[in-house]
Amino acid sequence: MTGFLARRLANYVLLCLAATFLAFALGSLTFSPLGQLQGRNPAPPASVIAAKRAELHLDEPIPARFVAWMGGVVHGDFGSTITGQPITDELGARAGVSLRLFALGTVLGIAVGVLVGVASAIRQYKASDYAATLFSFLVLSTPVFLIGTLLKFGGLRLNEAAGSTVLYYTGEFSPGFQGGWWAALADRLSHLVLPTLAIALSQIALYSRYQRSAMLDVLGSDFLRTAQAKGLTRRRALFKHGLRTALIPMATLFAFGFGLLITGGVFTERIFGWYGMGDWFIYGVQQNDTNIVATVTLFVAVLVLFSGWLSDVLYAALDPRIRL
Amino acid sequence: MSASITDPHSTAASPGSPAQPLIEGRSGRGRLVLRRFLRHRLSVIGLVCIVALYALAFLGPLFTPWGYAEQDPTAYLSPPSAQHWFGTSQIGEDVFAQTLRGLQKSLTIGLLVGIISTTIAAVVGTAAGYFGGWVDRALMWVVDLLLVIPAFLIIAILSPAFRGKTWLILVVLLAAFSWMITARIVRGLTLSLREREFVLAARFTGVPPWRIIVRHILPNMASILIIDATITVGTAILTETGLSFFGFGVQPPDVSLGTLIANGTNSALTFPWLFLFSGGLLVLTVLSVNSVGDGLRDALDPTSARGSRRRSGD
Repeated sequence: MTGFLARRLANYVLLCLAATFLAFALGSLTFSPLGQLQGRNPAPPASVIAAKRAELHLDEPIPARFVAWMGGVVHGDFGSTITGQPITDELGARAGVSLRLFALGTVLGIAVGVLVGVASAIRQYKASDYAATLFSFLVLSTPVFLIGTLLKFGGLRLNEAAGSTVLYYTGEFSPGFQGGWWAALADRLSHLVLPTLAIALSQIALYSRYQRSAMLDVLGSDFLRTAQAKGLTRRRALFKHGLRTALIPMATLFAFGFGLLITGGVFTERIFGWYGMGDWFIYGVQQNDTNIVATVTLFVAVLVLFSGWLSDVLYAALDPRIRL
Repeated sequence: MSASITDPHSTAASPGSPAQPLIEGRSGRGRLVLRRFLRHRLSVIGLVCIVALYALAFLGPLFTPWGYAEQDPTAYLSPPSAQHWFGTSQIGEDVFAQTLRGLQKSLTIGLLVGIISTTIAAVVGTAAGYFGGWVDRALMWVVDLLLVIPAFLIIAILSPAFRGKTWLILVVLLAAFSWMITARIVRGLTLSLREREFVLAARFTGVPPWRIIVRHILPNMASILIIDATITVGTAILTETGLSFFGFGVQPPDVSLGTLIANGTNSALTFPWLFLFSGGLLVLTVLSVNSVGDGLRDALDPTSARGSRRRSGD
């Protein structure tokens, strides 16, 4: 078991490195970081451009630049932006914002998604099942930026109806907020509701669909009948034997769902004005900043692979046949 | 296309259907699939919607005097009216003409990406599964690598390279980064098909590998490929509109549903027509594509859990 997980981990580290190199190389090839400087009016003297060129090491080959950057990353230095700001200074705050958003959205998405899926499977072809199916089809067909925008306007309408600001839709907290600990918590929560929903809704839709079909596969199985025949109530049999078995295929899905989450996070952060990693990524592409883009890619790769590793562990924990 | 499939499932499924004496087995399978598909009311509605959307996107512009880049200086931000069916934008562009143009782009991009990406997935998946060994390991490592970074991020990084160039580059990129999961499924199926008697027989009579793959392995997974191509169409449309939303996809002066929604969101409360039509058509398109994919899955793959259960409940 430990050996298997360790080998997986080693491969993941390699994949992380390769993915980051891919982003770094593609960014270095397509971005023109001097474009903004050259486009200035009046044009800056050639020496200034040459100095910037040297500062960004643009004359060195890309692999050499990557090795130099990665060498810094190993020591906790993520290089600096084009304008010379150290990336490490901003990284912590940005990663924190994204992680808070992702963590809550994922936990909510998985928990509600699994519950909705199980409920639909048990009450198959009832009105609630059709409603859940319709909901997930609709959500999975709606891009996150549309969901986010609609949620924003829903919040606006709600605030108008309530006559006061119940739900905020910009930022993580009110700037210059004064008040006690509880008031601050309430303030943060009312900022959190809409973005978390934007993240969680698509996760709920995705997981509930798969959980429903996984649960349906289990419902007709012999071991469930046996469990009931041996005296377990239907409810106990369903949750103790049925749900556990139906969760196994879901473990691998959680890793796949994570890519969706990251992409959704980019839109959510942009729409609701959260200055997280996704927002930073878009900024990095717009500014043609390779280091920012590579840093965010590394962050994403680590998260995706960590969730993949976690789903390996979950798989092993849920499936008694796996003794690695 | 699906009529000529020698699907392993078809033998299991056909006894249930009454044999048509004058029709040979092949078209019998086609009829069976068609009948199963038609049983899905939502999928049929979806198919009708897709046809209608294509007709709207490509024939609709004939019925409006306005071009998508044309500006009407007499009407800025006017609500929907007889002159401008979907209203006009801030600089007097006809939103109806723009929305149709965007719909054309999204439908075409989705269809092309679905076809190209499924082709890549079929080639990579069968090669990895059939040849095994280091080919398999190398290809699957590439799949893992590309799955680590979401396609959206890679294409966003590449976006400066195709700024101001044709949108076909966007199609190629979208296809290049959306074949991985299908390739994995194809590989798994190839692994089991490779050991079947008809493949072994072909191999021992000296048929070259590429011909075995094309003649014996691919036809047996045509249903999965068709289903996945449909699903990829939906995903591609969503990714394309997402990229365009940030200005990383279809570039102005051309429009896509994503750029239209992006332009409309800021003023959507006061001028809802800027965003409602493009948003609504986008959701309708993806919803129809997904429901057709769902119906195809049930019709082509009777062993899929949902399909068989649906049928027993009918």
